[in-house]
Amino acid sequence: MHLMYFTEQPMSAYDAQAGLDFGATALMFSNKHFDPVAGTRLYNEYLDHYRLAEEVGFDGIMLNEHHNAPFCMQAKCNVFASILAATTKRVKLVLLGNPLPLADNPVRLAEELAMIDMVSGGRLVSGFVRGGGQEQLAAGVNPAYNRERFEEAHALIVKAWTQTGPFRWEGNHYQHRVVNPWAVPLQTPHPRVWIPGVLSKETIVWAAKQRYPYIALSTEIEATKKIWELYDKVAQETGYAGGPEYRGYLQRCHVAETEEKAMANAKQFMWMQGEFTGLAHPVWSSPSGYFSPSYRTAFVEYAVGRRSNPRGAKFEDQIRNQQIVAGTPKTVIPKLRRLLEETRPSIMGFWASDGFVSSEDSKTCIRLLGQEVLPALRDIGKELGLWSPFEANAPTGINFPEPARLKGTAR
Amino acid sequence: MSPTPIVWQSETVPVAGIDLHWVRGGAGAPVLVLHHDIGRPEPAAFEDALARHASVLAPSHPGYDKSSRPDWMRSVRDVAVVYQWLLAERDLARDLTVVGLGFGGWIAAEMATMAPRAFKRLVLVGAMGLKPERGEIADQALLSYIDYVRRGFADQAAYDRLFGAETATPRLEQWDLNREMTFRIAWKPYMYSLTLPHLLGGVAVPALVVWGRDDRIVPLECGERYAKALPRARLQVVEGAGHFVDMEKPDELAQLVTRFVTEA
Repeated sequence: MHLMYFTEQPMSAYDAQAGLDFGATALMFSNKHFDPVAGTRLYNEYLDHYRLAEEVGFDGIMLNEHHNAPFCMQAKCNVFASILAATTKRVKLVLLGNPLPLADNPVRLAEELAMIDMVSGGRLVSGFVRGGGQEQLAAGVNPAYNRERFEEAHALIVKAWTQTGPFRWEGNHYQHRVVNPWAVPLQTPHPRVWIPGVLSKETIVWAAKQRYPYIALSTEIEATKKIWELYDKVAQETGYAGGPEYRGYLQRCHVAETEEKAMANAKQFMWMQGEFTGLAHPVWSSPSGYFSPSYRTAFVEYAVGRRSNPRGAKFEDQIRNQQIVAGTPKTVIPKLRRLLEETRPSIMGFWASDGFVSSEDSKTCIRLLGQEVLPALRDIGKELGLWSPFEANAPTGINFPEPARLKGTAR
Repeated sequence: MSPTPIVWQSETVPVAGIDLHWVRGGAGAPVLVLHHDIGRPEPAAFEDALARHASVLAPSHPGYDKSSRPDWMRSVRDVAVVYQWLLAERDLARDLTVVGLGFGGWIAAEMATMAPRAFKRLVLVGAMGLKPERGEIADQALLSYIDYVRRGFADQAAYDRLFGAETATPRLEQWDLNREMTFRIAWKPYMYSLTLPHLLGGVAVPALVVWGRDDRIVPLECGERYAKALPRARLQVVEGAGHFVDMEKPDELAQLVTRFVTEA
């Protein structure tokens, strides 16, 4: 198994009442509520947490980014990945990921990622995402070409990583006279690519066709099973067998010394989901052309308030269906076993805290996960044969059947 | 006694790989009506009123309503070229008046600049296409389908009559599809061209610029700029109307257009 630590990097230090009054805490919620003094403290606390996660035995640190919203103050995952590349020693740096359509120059992303890979000594896993709906607006990027830009930027980055330059790129959305970055990844053929997602079937199909692991973001168990059904079907059509090495899952999981404390802190997962301040604005989060056409009716009705967020669910329901797991190590391990048995992922991210959970409680959670939960999960993983892409020597991708290795080391 | 209803002939014609849908009706001088970004309303009261004095041709823009979506299309100028192609191919431009409503006004202005004498008269109604100097063009990306359209009405009761106070979901889906097409061709810069103002000086035909006094989507200053930049233009402000003059004051607008066609 590959076990990762994750936090959304919540920027909870703002006036919650202001968010409630405005009715949304995204895109247009004024950044006059962003306090850089609190920001300085929080960024550095999050760095401490990442380093602690390495210390207590996590295999990877999962990073992401969002824009114009307090639920995630990490505006550029490559910045934190760069810092961690130099300040950690062992953990994989798993970026889930860079929002490709937001980039006007994907070659620059290829360079940044190559730098991170080299500085970290080949520890980069480079995931790619489409970016949220409102982020298309925050970046001024056309939502109607989101998927086309995603696919083209991905092709360009992989080419920049795997073929020597200079070459020319004349695409539909990107045109580059000269592609010849003087920074290439240490890993060959290229760093592994994992694709996270939550809703769009198109993304699952695309990941399976690319032979990239797909990371289901906190979906409920039955929905997750459906994701793997689809993934495995496409894998078979593509000419390989799906399995645990292609399956990842991000689990909201808060652990504390007592059940009561764990449950109280776990409620903070609803902070990000907007229970306290109303996170998403239905129009901004689903601009025309961004969502999958098969969900058009649902999103159109959501946008005018006729339907609740297709992504939303109540805390009690999420506890019941295990989208949120909370407790002492002793009580969470059987729940996680159930998840592993039923959905068989080999990659697990632990989204450990959110909202107003104190730095001390976050650290306790990381310690308890590292010392008690992870060893138990490794045993269960062995028992169930859940080998990670690294353990299984899985191919780097559909066009690169060899596993990624460090340049200059034996095949 | 109410007048006999206009008989509209529906047709799909091929152009540039697009199945382009249009309707024709009425009798008189030929008028091409180019619809708003939200699509062509049905029934279209303005077109009905106009068809009593003119031979009206009302297409659905490529990718809007019943016309197929050209995936390759990237700009409003592309739409203008497609219409010029159609007019030339079918010899429809002679004595033609082009009436552009809102977003359709931008298309009409582009058509006029690329072929200054190809048609006879130009009418722009609350046209997009020029960057306001003081205000802003309302950004539909930040507004719900309903809020955006409501913003274009001075009188909310007029909206309710046309679309229903609780606008039905199928219409919203069509507005979403049309909005997606608008994004595909007019996302950035949003709803204006940086080059159009420099080209309007070449338009040789007489132009009537009509603006709703209470247009909260495209500020009136854009109408003033159009009227100034087009060599043979005058500005007519319609009181008590917002952006969708054709929907709020259909008879008044039809009368303005008919008079202009006869005079100019």
